[in-house]
Amino acid sequence: MPFIPHTAEETEAMLSLLELKTLDDLFSYIPQEMRPGQFDLPDGLTEYEVIRKLEDMSGRNAGIPLNFMGAGFYNHVIPAAVDALSSRGEFLTAYTPYQAEAAQGTLQAIFEYQTAICRLFEMDVANASVYDGGSAIFEAAMMAVRATRRARLVIDSTVHPLYRKMLSTLTANLHLDIVTITNSDGLTDKNRLIAAIDENTAAVIVQNPTFFGNARDYSDVFEAAKNKGALAILSVYPVMQAVLKTPGEMGADIAVADGQSLGQPLNFGGPYLGIMSCTQKLVRQIPGRIVGRTTDQEGKTGYVLTLQAREQHIRRARATSNICSNQALCALRALMQLCLLGPQGLANAARRSLELAHYAADKIALLPKVAMLNTAPFCNEFAVRLPGKASDAVRKLAKTGILPGVLPGLWYPDADAVLLIACTEKNNEAQIDALVEALRSWSREMVI
Amino acid sequence: MKTVFAKSVSGRLGVMPATPADPAGKFLPASLLRKKAPALPELSELDVVRHFTALSTLNFSVDGNFYPLGSCTMKFNPKAGELVAALPRFANAHPLLPQLPEGEELAQGSLQAVWELEKSLCEINGMNAFTLQPMAGAQGELTGALLIAAYHKAAGNKKNKIICPDSAHGTNPATAALAGYEVINLESQGGLITPEALANVLDDGVAALMMTCPNTLGLFERHLPALVEKLHAVDALLYYDGANLNAVMGRMRVGDVGFDVVHVNLHKTMSTPHGGGGPGSGPVGVSERLTPFLPGPRVVKDPDGRFRLKTDLPQSIGQVTPFYGHFGVFVKALAYIIRLGKSGLARASDYAVLNANYMRKRLEEYLDVPYTDLCMHEFAASASRYAKHGVHALDIAKALLDKGCHAPTIYFPLIVKECLMIEPTETENKETLDAFCDDLIALLQEAEKKPEKLHAAPVTMPVRRLDETKAARDMVLKENV
Repeated sequence: MPFIPHTAEETEAMLSLLELKTLDDLFSYIPQEMRPGQFDLPDGLTEYEVIRKLEDMSGRNAGIPLNFMGAGFYNHVIPAAVDALSSRGEFLTAYTPYQAEAAQGTLQAIFEYQTAICRLFEMDVANASVYDGGSAIFEAAMMAVRATRRARLVIDSTVHPLYRKMLSTLTANLHLDIVTITNSDGLTDKNRLIAAIDENTAAVIVQNPTFFGNARDYSDVFEAAKNKGALAILSVYPVMQAVLKTPGEMGADIAVADGQSLGQPLNFGGPYLGIMSCTQKLVRQIPGRIVGRTTDQEGKTGYVLTLQAREQHIRRARATSNICSNQALCALRALMQLCLLGPQGLANAARRSLELAHYAADKIALLPKVAMLNTAPFCNEFAVRLPGKASDAVRKLAKTGILPGVLPGLWYPDADAVLLIACTEKNNEAQIDALVEALRSWSREMVI
Repeated sequence: MKTVFAKSVSGRLGVMPATPADPAGKFLPASLLRKKAPALPELSELDVVRHFTALSTLNFSVDGNFYPLGSCTMKFNPKAGELVAALPRFANAHPLLPQLPEGEELAQGSLQAVWELEKSLCEINGMNAFTLQPMAGAQGELTGALLIAAYHKAAGNKKNKIICPDSAHGTNPATAALAGYEVINLESQGGLITPEALANVLDDGVAALMMTCPNTLGLFERHLPALVEKLHAVDALLYYDGANLNAVMGRMRVGDVGFDVVHVNLHKTMSTPHGGGGPGSGPVGVSERLTPFLPGPRVVKDPDGRFRLKTDLPQSIGQVTPFYGHFGVFVKALAYIIRLGKSGLARASDYAVLNANYMRKRLEEYLDVPYTDLCMHEFAASASRYAKHGVHALDIAKALLDKGCHAPTIYFPLIVKECLMIEPTETENKETLDAFCDDLIALLQEAEKKPEKLHAAPVTMPVRRLDETKAARDMVLKENV
């Protein structure tokens, strides 16, 4: 039997110590009427057969190299060392570091991760991670609800629509009032955000760059929130933070992100990484694990899980969150990515992605009947309005081996003609030229 | 060991992923740019490789050590799982691919993997349908609680309470509270939930009972049929916390015995690695009457064998994850299930229970194992008899580290004093179990004669006992620039 080391003799010896005859005797407390009537699974396979079967299955996914899909999830370069180091069994097969003396590797790495996030975002405190960018927004909103004892959340419609869906699902029974501020051509008027923040508002939640790729400065929105006693929650794109104004500079109280862009493959949706950071003032409200530095009996530096009185295993029904497992290995990969690239490498990835997106936008906006959705500054992603259904363009281009982007029309009304196009440093000018030509030939058919 | 930040040398370059031509300022106004570069480490690739290799050696892990951490199912994680999860066409697939027009055709492999894992979990657990969306056990619990709420709302039931036994994992009451429910504590009797104790707290306001079976004491809840009957009589549902599923595969299917909702921890029972705390994956299975409320989109298989996404789900609770869940974890779990097959999974539970009972028997003279002559895949043992020598569960745990073994879970469940909760799993051989028992027995004998030796432990680890009070007081949570 795979992975079971017992010989027949050993099994017999162990059973005989227990004064039992068969393995079945171990289950005598399960009443017969509760035993399964049927349990239909195929017989087991050898390791080689399993690998072949899954190779065949993965082969049913198309491999399309000309890919401009983003929408919050980006195909950035991951140095080989990230895989090599994070797959070491000492990291991979350890549990949550409850026995600190036997987990200094994981604990110091989390402390370093917390440090790296605080420096990238210019925030005071980071936790050891939550599940993903959406659960980070949910947890941030819950922090604000607890800290302000208010139940109203103002959220910008250019926050990722899937994260807004998650927020509404996860808070369904909590009697919160979630107010969504609509946008015009993918851009929300900041004055409308400011006007929506009142004395009952727990938090205002915004995203930079926005879902449509626009770079924004929310300092004035956050100032307005502060004046009304509401918290400012900002969701960001970690790679772009190498160049963009930081959450700290804008005055955010809580900064969150999906850490996928830092060393995590796209993986059809996960595992990714929910990054959470906040001001020192909110440290006791932040959920999940936090590592602190301390000393041992001999004065030697070491690391432990700390401030655990916030957590479910201590406080049960009164905990800050129910989170237990987090994304430790993904956080480790993000830290490795940040260390391998360094400030210069990370900025290079951001700048190259940015310049390629501008190269693409300059050409695509010149196509007949194609226009940029808005004229606000953007980073490595931008939305264009096409002279027909964007879904038709995608269908046509996919047949020629190009995935030109994502369709905001899946989530936004009146956006059927809008295409969201992303570039990373993995793309190049030749690929973009091919995209432009393919769009040109499709749009020419449309115009005629 | 110095932190990676302390090793940084200003101006040293690491891995450059690209060579941009223009500064960001060419495309964005200065008002949108950060003032100074982030103070991230500046190191060569080798510097970084050395740093993390050195850090890794400070960890205990399943690959390196016996890790009998109760309730965590630290079984061997097969290496083939890593290989198949890294297959490029799985790992590089964008999650929105099947949401493009005709995009499902481009993602048949990934959709098939999701569908097959859901089907396998339905079969193993006897449930009508599964969602793989929840990203960890606790999120699975929350999803389950939201499903329960949606069911009662649709049925017109007014219910505001969820019952959690005192032996429950802390996530259960925390989840019930997060889903908007009042949490009712249920005291166990002789380590079990009895129909009488349940009757004392059960009324029409109860939405569900959350339980794990076997429970955290390692005991099978033998009154289950009576509990199911009582709950269903008031239209309350039964939630199964699958943390302990490794005990009963092939011996009991939770759906067959009346559970309405179950979450399974793939990172426990289905052998995907814990990664130092995550990622986990907490798929949720439901009975037929709860199926319409499952999160969407759902992967369905058409009669022609094609897989597609179903988004028209009018009664769905919504989405608990942006896409389909932790796909990278699914591939490893699916590989494990396919590798073992029906008889292999049942055999895994058989040997998990054999190993736990063997250890219990070998240790029962030296520790108090309350309530049981036969445990399931784990057992809770009390070291309270050593307290008179000043030796506590924590001291025993630290002394075990010096023997090269990870400690059991300690001080949980809360209802056993000086608790050591031991879960060996099926993948450990007899010599390992014997060596651990020999070491533990020797330590317990030492506790009576030289307790100071246990108080001093650990002495062989990278650090001695750490000052947790100082950590909480000083709150040094990052390295300052």
